[in-house]
Amino acid sequence: MQVSSSIRPPLITGGKTLHDVTNDICRHVESKPNPTWLLAFGLSVLTLSYGLYNVYRTLWYGIGEWGLNKTVGWAWDITNFVWWVGIGHAGTLISAVLLLFRQKWRTSINRAAEAMTIFAVLCAASFILCHMGRPWVGYWPLPLPNTFGSLWVNFNSPLVWDVFAISTYLSVSLVFWYIGMIPDLSTIRDRATSKVSKIVYGAMSFGWTGGAKDWSRYESVSLILAGLSTPLVLSVHTIVSMDFATSVIPGWHTTIFPPYFVAGAIFSGFAMVLTLMIITRAVYKLEDYITIEHIETMNKIIILTGSIVGVAYLTEFFIAWYSGVEYETYCFINRATGPYWWAYWSMMTCNVISPQLFWIKKIRRSIAATFIISVIVNIGMWFERFVIIVSSLHRDYVPSSWAMFYATSVDVGVYINSFGLFFTLFFLFSKFLPVVNMAEIKSVLKSSSEIVPVSNSSSVHAH
Amino acid sequence: MSDNKHFILGVFDDEDVLMHAVHDIRHEGVKIHEVFTPYPIHGLDENLGYKRSRLPMAAFLFGMTGASLALTMMVSMNGFDWPMNVGGKPNASIPNFIPITFEGTVLFAAFGMVGTFFTASSLFPWSKPVIFDKRITDDKFVMAIDLSKNKFSKEQLSHILKSNGATEVNEKEL
Repeated sequence: MQVSSSIRPPLITGGKTLHDVTNDICRHVESKPNPTWLLAFGLSVLTLSYGLYNVYRTLWYGIGEWGLNKTVGWAWDITNFVWWVGIGHAGTLISAVLLLFRQKWRTSINRAAEAMTIFAVLCAASFILCHMGRPWVGYWPLPLPNTFGSLWVNFNSPLVWDVFAISTYLSVSLVFWYIGMIPDLSTIRDRATSKVSKIVYGAMSFGWTGGAKDWSRYESVSLILAGLSTPLVLSVHTIVSMDFATSVIPGWHTTIFPPYFVAGAIFSGFAMVLTLMIITRAVYKLEDYITIEHIETMNKIIILTGSIVGVAYLTEFFIAWYSGVEYETYCFINRATGPYWWAYWSMMTCNVISPQLFWIKKIRRSIAATFIISVIVNIGMWFERFVIIVSSLHRDYVPSSWAMFYATSVDVGVYINSFGLFFTLFFLFSKFLPVVNMAEIKSVLKSSSEIVPVSNSSSVHAH
Repeated sequence: MSDNKHFILGVFDDEDVLMHAVHDIRHEGVKIHEVFTPYPIHGLDENLGYKRSRLPMAAFLFGMTGASLALTMMVSMNGFDWPMNVGGKPNASIPNFIPITFEGTVLFAAFGMVGTFFTASSLFPWSKPVIFDKRITDDKFVMAIDLSKNKFSKEQLSHILKSNGATEVNEKEL
């Protein structure tokens, strides 16, 4: 039924019909897990178990298991937290901002990107819980009455803002993701043959029938959720950056942080979406849905955000000198030439130089190159957070308290835990839920309407 | 009216054919019960004569509720119930309360609107949907016409549907 326009190239290739879309996406949900999936899932669970052992050591023996000291009180924990929250931002950007801008190519990747957001935010939250030291009183940042053990929380503190921002972000993203999935779950329900999947997908699809009135409400809800999520996603990383920016630590106390963090978040998030989508499209044979055009478009966004991040790094350096503040200047010179020079220059190479390669069309359209650069970008973005956090802390105002941070095996283990958690959840999602939004794909199959003659419906079947 | 509802179902293969059919069939004076589609079709609701959804209004009202609740909570807790002196700054300092007020607005607007949507369309895990045709969620567009609410006979309706491009005409009794 796909009717191709001579003017606009199709978003979905391979001349798919509506029924082909249903079959292609539902196939992996309905079939038995294949050996590759089982192997990948098994490895993730193994990684998660090793990680959980390290989480257990952190909780049982305390934060002393980590390499922190009196000078460097935040290191891998907050680095990993900011890194994962940043990665999460791309999902909301793709589903909300690109919806508002009517970018129809987003339909192939929004489902997986939103899932990635939710899992990444969960990983981020796990670091917040671990770094509290006493997670059993983890409810203290909530505004609970004094009889629960603490006073009312201090609403002037960005750390409290963060609690509200992250929990709102997680719950609103979850709702947005689920609403989009209801029509697709009903497709699986209507195709289900086994009793268990009939009951499970029947309950999960909330009795969706596809009536025009429901679609009209669904569209309203999606549009408003997109409108709400757009400022929300910007607020989340703004507030994360304020955890640093409202302090008086040289290297943190800068007004450039909110936009610089948001750009960095989109940058790393798109890189992570690319890494995951390149694997997913190969494993589930979705090459007609996630095409080279999609990859190229995302690479262009990576050039843009990567350049914004690059400009931010240079601006920071310039302002450190231009402000005339001795401590600020020292902090930046120390970042580039001090004991953490290797982290600084890894960050510069990975984030500022590597994405510039995408100016070359051949690289931007190459799957292998995109995959490698997307991984490099995320390594660079991890170093960025490490540099900001550790290099600003490790030499404070009194030279006698200068110190270094050395990660312990438990630090590494808790980081590995987040990968285990992320991939376990992602593989479960990709097996049991539709990885591509079928309903939205079907709505963009026709590149052009009104070219089908109304009376002669038999010609519609011509491919 | 009898207990049993009798529906005539016109099955369509293409969205453009369906859109024209909805327009023409309504023009002939047929009352359409509902049209079921595998994906959202822009303009179908207007074509069917549905009013614009009032969900945006619900979202706005819930958002305002969230904003006032968040602000009231912070001002009452930090400002009056247990004022804390933080560097001699005002106890109830509105600029510092803006981030949480914003988050409260978004949280209430999103959940309130989605709750309203689920209630209005009765979307719940325990819902027992009436599925006219299992292919609706796959690739077919189905127009359901309630026989008791129309002055036309079964044959007339079947003819109207077919002449407007329906590839099949089925019946369903509930």
